Amino acid sequence: MTEHSYVEVNDLRRLFDVSKPWLNRMLEGGERQYLKAVDGVSFDIARGETFALVGESGSGKSTVARMVVGLLPPTSGTVAIDGVSMTSAAASAERQRLRRRIQMIFQDPYASLNPRWQVDRIVAEPIRAFRLIETERDIASRVGELLSLVGLHPADGGKYPHEFSGGQRQRIAIARALASNAEFIVCDEPTSALDVSVQAQILNLMRDLQDRLGLTYLFISHNLAVVRHMASRIGVMYLGRIVEISNGRELFARPKHPYTRMLLDAVPDVGMTGRQRIPVRGEIPNPINPPSGCTFNPRCPFANDRCRMEIPPLLGGVACHAIHEGRLAVDAAA
Amino acid sequence: MADAIQAAPAPHSQPTTWAGRFFDSDVWASFKRSKLTMAAAFLTLLFVAAALLAGLVAPQDPFDPAQLDLLNSRLPPLWDAEGQAPFLLGTDEQGRDILSAILYGLRISLAVGFLGVAFSATLGIGLGLVAGYMGGTTDAVIMRIADVQLTFPAILIALLVDGVVKSVLGGQLDGVTTLSVLVFSIGLSFWVQYARTVRGSVMVEKNKDYIAAARLIGLPAPVIMLRHVLPNVLGPVLVIATINLALAIITEATLSFLGTGMPETMPSLGTLIRIGNNYLFSGEWWIIAFPGVALALLVLAINLLGDWLRDALNPKLR
Amino acid sequence: MPQPVLSVRDLRVEFVTRRGILKAIDGISFDIAKGEVLGVVGESGAGKSVTGSAVIGLIDPPGRIAGGEILLSGKRIDNLPPEEMRRVRGKRIGMIFQDPLTSLNPLYRVSEQLIETIRTHTNLSASAARKRAIDLLAEVGIPAPERRIDSYPHEFSGGMRQRVVIALALCAEPELIIADEPTTALDVSVQAQIIALLKRLGREHGTAIMLVTHDMGVIAETADRVAVMYAGRIAEIGPVREVVQNPLHPYAKGLMGAIPSLETDAERLVQIPGSMPRLSAIPPGCAFNPRCPFVFDRCRVERPEPIQHSEHRVACHLYDQSSVRSEAVA
Repeated sequence: MTEHSYVEVNDLRRLFDVSKPWLNRMLEGGERQYLKAVDGVSFDIARGETFALVGESGSGKSTVARMVVGLLPPTSGTVAIDGVSMTSAAASAERQRLRRRIQMIFQDPYASLNPRWQVDRIVAEPIRAFRLIETERDIASRVGELLSLVGLHPADGGKYPHEFSGGQRQRIAIARALASNAEFIVCDEPTSALDVSVQAQILNLMRDLQDRLGLTYLFISHNLAVVRHMASRIGVMYLGRIVEISNGRELFARPKHPYTRMLLDAVPDVGMTGRQRIPVRGEIPNPINPPSGCTFNPRCPFANDRCRMEIPPLLGGVACHAIHEGRLAVDAAA
Repeated sequence: MADAIQAAPAPHSQPTTWAGRFFDSDVWASFKRSKLTMAAAFLTLLFVAAALLAGLVAPQDPFDPAQLDLLNSRLPPLWDAEGQAPFLLGTDEQGRDILSAILYGLRISLAVGFLGVAFSATLGIGLGLVAGYMGGTTDAVIMRIADVQLTFPAILIALLVDGVVKSVLGGQLDGVTTLSVLVFSIGLSFWVQYARTVRGSVMVEKNKDYIAAARLIGLPAPVIMLRHVLPNVLGPVLVIATINLALAIITEATLSFLGTGMPETMPSLGTLIRIGNNYLFSGEWWIIAFPGVALALLVLAINLLGDWLRDALNPKLR
Repeated sequence: MPQPVLSVRDLRVEFVTRRGILKAIDGISFDIAKGEVLGVVGESGAGKSVTGSAVIGLIDPPGRIAGGEILLSGKRIDNLPPEEMRRVRGKRIGMIFQDPLTSLNPLYRVSEQLIETIRTHTNLSASAARKRAIDLLAEVGIPAPERRIDSYPHEFSGGMRQRVVIALALCAEPELIIADEPTTALDVSVQAQIIALLKRLGREHGTAIMLVTHDMGVIAETADRVAVMYAGRIAEIGPVREVVQNPLHPYAKGLMGAIPSLETDAERLVQIPGSMPRLSAIPPGCAFNPRCPFVFDRCRVERPEPIQHSEHRVACHLYDQSSVRSEAVA
């Protein structure tokens, strides 16, 4: 870990109040209920790197993404980007300046573009909001440049989003993210709504742009193969916590945490026709009522009493008592 | 990186002008399919045109006492043996030409309708937008007020406003003040529907990612509401506004019929019906019948338009 | 060769819109044998789901079957009256959809839905039907079925619900199961369980399964043969291992290369330029020609018909012996 990483996320927590309305609680009794969407997540991202968070639904990965860009205030914990705190009130003036440099690409390209706006107005919005370019003519030429950069035609600016396919809309969203000369882009499942051949186009485009513009990505996905293709370091999330964090190659070659091992076994892979799977047990428990101790313990073949009582800390890149105690060998998985 | 995106041919080239888009749309296609809707639209346009051109078309200005002659009072329609030119549909007890009175009354009814809808829609959309976007306490307060409001019938609110204004400004009000009171009280009774609909749509839209993208670049809430949210929630509002136009016209007619609306010197359709009501049993049927038919046709035509619009804008029904 | 369970011959499905007739399926043919899993793969708009709907007779206006025939165990079913088709659908063809909640009535207990379906299609008594329902739930891997059977659909998790739907589809011992994106709404770890279940059931019951999905990984794990669809036509059909590891059609080649893999490292994924044409703008000749790296003149004018090439059937002029360029790629 460097002394001062580009993005520093420290002990991030987020609770959601899922209680019944006040009147119902008064009349029917019952406590306030909270859902721990994110529970003590920490990671760093170096400049120019792609860091991925991977996990199944309910793992809290999208909530982390929204907290990192400042769309959602954390319950506790800190996010700092290039030394500026995204969470403390004191830095609000600096944060306003930082905003230009942080952008996001969303999952659903059908919902992330205002359907009533023409594409050039959508792409130009960040330019106008940050007053980056003065004259309308220069804005128009910059928008045309951005559209060409993402593989669209400058003349496409006059069309509306519904005239484009899903992949083309995601290109428009990328152009918008680049419009303010952003350096750090949070990508929340950017290709999971797209077909595979289109997904390949978008992933290639994102890597090309990273090489050309030196972008830093936080990449959120449920697809392990996509994450492996894109990221240099990966954090695996399960029920609001990072259970394993390691560099990409390492994670796939020698997964440590039993959940990571299970996940890797579960992925249907084109190259493995006829392979026998190791059966996967159980489903993700209800996050409102997570199991005590290590949240993975009901599905884990290596769980013992300690796992049922005590939450394992993230040590040596993995949060697992069995590995910390040496009960489970790190090289055991294939 | 240069993909041959442009190689994929554009399906069915899209028109670029606003009008071109409209005539290419599914809404226009569904309009052309429905004969009934076309008839309703034609009738509505006819009524609006008649109201606008009343000054040119009507044989008489019924609001001008100098043009009225008591000798011409209570004449039957022209086709009756006792009918007299130029009173095509007969006259009332003040010698007012019924046709002219209908044309001028239509003007008042439509003015009250359109202004009332504009006022209630502005109020309702504004409050709904704020309630939906802000959420929390703001939302709770606005929506509870709306709930309370809904427990009073529109007529009651209108009567209440009318009573308050009259007691403040003194017994008799002039035409313009009465019109404003009507618009205000109708607006006040109909805003809830807009607020609820808009709030519902806003709650859906505000969770979409294009709003998140706008928040990300630090746009303040009012800008996001007006630029991004508002244009995307107006579809259902248009439907409500059309149906409410008919309702507002009826409410105005009801109030005028009850005597709290337009005065007899400046009659709306409702006032005409009230005047005619007094003569219904003495045989002068035409005084009430023709304004009544005009009102019924107008409301029916607008309602049919509203129904069609609701179906045409609902993608599930297409 | 034994008679196939499902045989589709030159099927054509059209949608009539005010802008003209859209050909969603334009002449496809395939068979599924007893106990075989045929994967139908393609990107959105390729016509894979429409194919499934056509087989079960659920093409609603403005759509219509415009030609060809569908045979279930040798008997035509595409021209049956709606009432008879409904019986075939419940009894002889089972269905599994992406969202399990569309197949389950939220107001009834799982037991009621299972027992009713069993009794509609067999003449079992109520208690025997209940016993069979419990056996079915056990078979699809629902723990403690005698207890869970009286729960409502919302009391099951997503994966368990999909298991209930599979049990429901199995009720009448159908000859054919159409599974339309059965694992798409599920998490990876649950998806694997459902795939394994489908595969086992097909094998044990000898049921023919048509598995419609966009996920090549699921097909590779589950199917015996695979049909790759593009713009309403089958581009290539063949044994799954063959098609996955040695695709012939340029589109299939691109599709396989576009999938990021857990095994191999590629700096860049293979990318097919452009996107699938909309139904209103399918290019003349081979529908893939504007995106094809190997395109030549014939592709732009003449539509390729499927031809046998080793174990594959592929609709591409490159593999036609009379074509000049055939050696260029092979």
